[in-house]
Amino acid sequence: MSEQTCIIIGASHAAAQLAPSLRQQGWEGRIIVIGDEAYIPYHRPPLSKTFLSGEKEVDGILIRPAAIYQKNAIEFKLGSRVELIDRAHKTITLKSGEVLNYDKLALCTGSRVRKVTLPGVELEGIHYLRDIGDVEGIKQHVAAGKQAVIVGGGYIGLETAAVLNKLGMKVTVLEMAPRVLARVTAPELSEFYTRVHTEEGVVIKTGIAVSGLKGDGHVQQVHCADGSSFDADLVVIGVGVIPNVELAEACGLNVDNGIVVDQFARTNDPDIVAAGDVSNHPNQHYNRRLRLESVPNASEQAKSAAASICGKDVEYNALPWFWSDQYDLKLQIAGLSQGYDEVVIRGDIKSSRKFSAFYLLEGKLISADCVNSPLEFMVSKRLITEKISVNAAQLADINISPKEFLN
Amino acid sequence: MPLINYIDHNGNQFEAEVAVGETVMQGAVDNMIDGILAECGGACACATCHCYVDDAWIEKTGQADDMEKELLEAAVDPKDNSRLSCQMTVSEDMDGLVVHLPKSQY
Repeated sequence: MSEQTCIIIGASHAAAQLAPSLRQQGWEGRIIVIGDEAYIPYHRPPLSKTFLSGEKEVDGILIRPAAIYQKNAIEFKLGSRVELIDRAHKTITLKSGEVLNYDKLALCTGSRVRKVTLPGVELEGIHYLRDIGDVEGIKQHVAAGKQAVIVGGGYIGLETAAVLNKLGMKVTVLEMAPRVLARVTAPELSEFYTRVHTEEGVVIKTGIAVSGLKGDGHVQQVHCADGSSFDADLVVIGVGVIPNVELAEACGLNVDNGIVVDQFARTNDPDIVAAGDVSNHPNQHYNRRLRLESVPNASEQAKSAAASICGKDVEYNALPWFWSDQYDLKLQIAGLSQGYDEVVIRGDIKSSRKFSAFYLLEGKLISADCVNSPLEFMVSKRLITEKISVNAAQLADINISPKEFLN
Repeated sequence: MPLINYIDHNGNQFEAEVAVGETVMQGAVDNMIDGILAECGGACACATCHCYVDDAWIEKTGQADDMEKELLEAAVDPKDNSRLSCQMTVSEDMDGLVVHLPKSQY
C-alpha cells in the first residue's frame, strides 16, 4: 500500500494542534499543511495586544518553533491558497494550478474579517486586524500625539484602542450599537469598559454609524451619518469575522453558519474533518450547536479531528472560554451568556477594576465574566461544567470564598 | 540547553532540552508532552499548564505572583509546590529541573 496523505487546509491555531496530534495518534503518512500567509502557525490573540504594542516580535508569537514540525515530518506549503476540493477524485487544486492527492482532509480555514463598503475605505492608513500583515501595516501609522479612530467596539476594537492609547495616540472608538461589546456581554460590562477607557483617555462614541472616510491619498477624517466627523491619521476597523466556508460549500459539504460537523469534528464526508472558527459543532453544555471564534476551541477540537482521521473517537465537548487583556484588566470569560435571565455582580463594578458578573438561567450558572478575578473564573468553569446549583445572594457576597460554591 | 524533566502522573519521564528564556510550558508544548494543555498560549489566563515543582527545585524556580496564585488556588488539586509552567522562564541554573504533571488540567 502506498503512503497515505493527510492535507490540512489552513495554518493557524487548529492546524498547529491537528498536525502534531496526528503523529501522536499514530498517523504515519504524509502531513501537508497549506496556509495562505507566509508564516508557520502563530498565536493570534497577541496581535491586538503585545504584538501591536511591540513587546513581542514574530518569533515570540509562534505556536511552535519550525524545528518541531520538521522533527514530526510535517510539511508546509505557505503563501498558497486552495482553489477547489474535488471529493470524487480526492484532490485539491492550488491557485498555482498544482494538484495534490489526499486520503484524509482537514478543513481549518478559520474566519476572515468582515469588510465594510464605505466610500474612501481604500485610503492609506485604514486597516483591519486579523493577521501579522495587518498589524505591521497598522504599526507604520502609529505615532504619539496622532489621532486613531477605531471602528467597532468589540473586543478587538477595545484591545486595539487600549494599546494605541498606551503608545500615545489620541484614540476614539466609534460603535454603531447603543453600547460597546453589545453582542457578547451584559449592559453592566459595557458600562464598565466604557468607564475604564474613558478614565484612560479614550473617547468612546456609541450609537454612531460611519458613513465614509476622506483624505488625500491618506485618510484624514472619518465621517458619520449624524453629520459629525473625527480627524484620523490611522483607522482600524474591527466589525467581526465571517467563517471561510466557501471551499466546503463548493464541494458539497454541509454548511450552515460554518461547516457542519459532529462531536468528533467529522463532516458529512467520512474522509474530511473540520476544526476551529470555521466549524459548527454540537455542544452538550448548552444543548445546541455553536460556532466559536476562540483559540481553546480551535486547539481542543483539533485533537478530536486528529483522532477521527486516525479512526478513533475522541469527543469534543469543552466549555467555551475566552479572555481579553486591556490596560491592567484581565478579563476571563467562562461559558456563553446568551439567553441569561439574571445577572449577579460580585465586587465593585462602579469604581474598582476587580469584579465578576455571573449570568444565570433559571437559577443555574451559564456564564461568568471575571475581571482581575481568576479564582472566580476557575470556580465558574467548574460550576457550569458540573451543573452545580448556586444561590444568587451567595455569589454576590464577597465575604464568601468562591471555593465554597463548589461544596 | 538546560534539560527539563517532565514526569506525568503515571511516573513516565520525558526529557526535553529547553532554551534559556523559554518557559517550562513552551518546552512541553514544543516536545508534544501530554499533560500540559496551555490553552491560552502563555497569557496566564487559564491554568491548564499547572505542574508541581519537585521540592529540590523550588528555590530555583521562584514564587508565583498574585494572579498566578489565584489561578492555582482553584486548579484541580493544588499543592504548596504548584506553579503554572507558563510563568516559569528557564535559566541556566534550572538545568535538570524536575516538574510533575497533574492527572488532570481541569
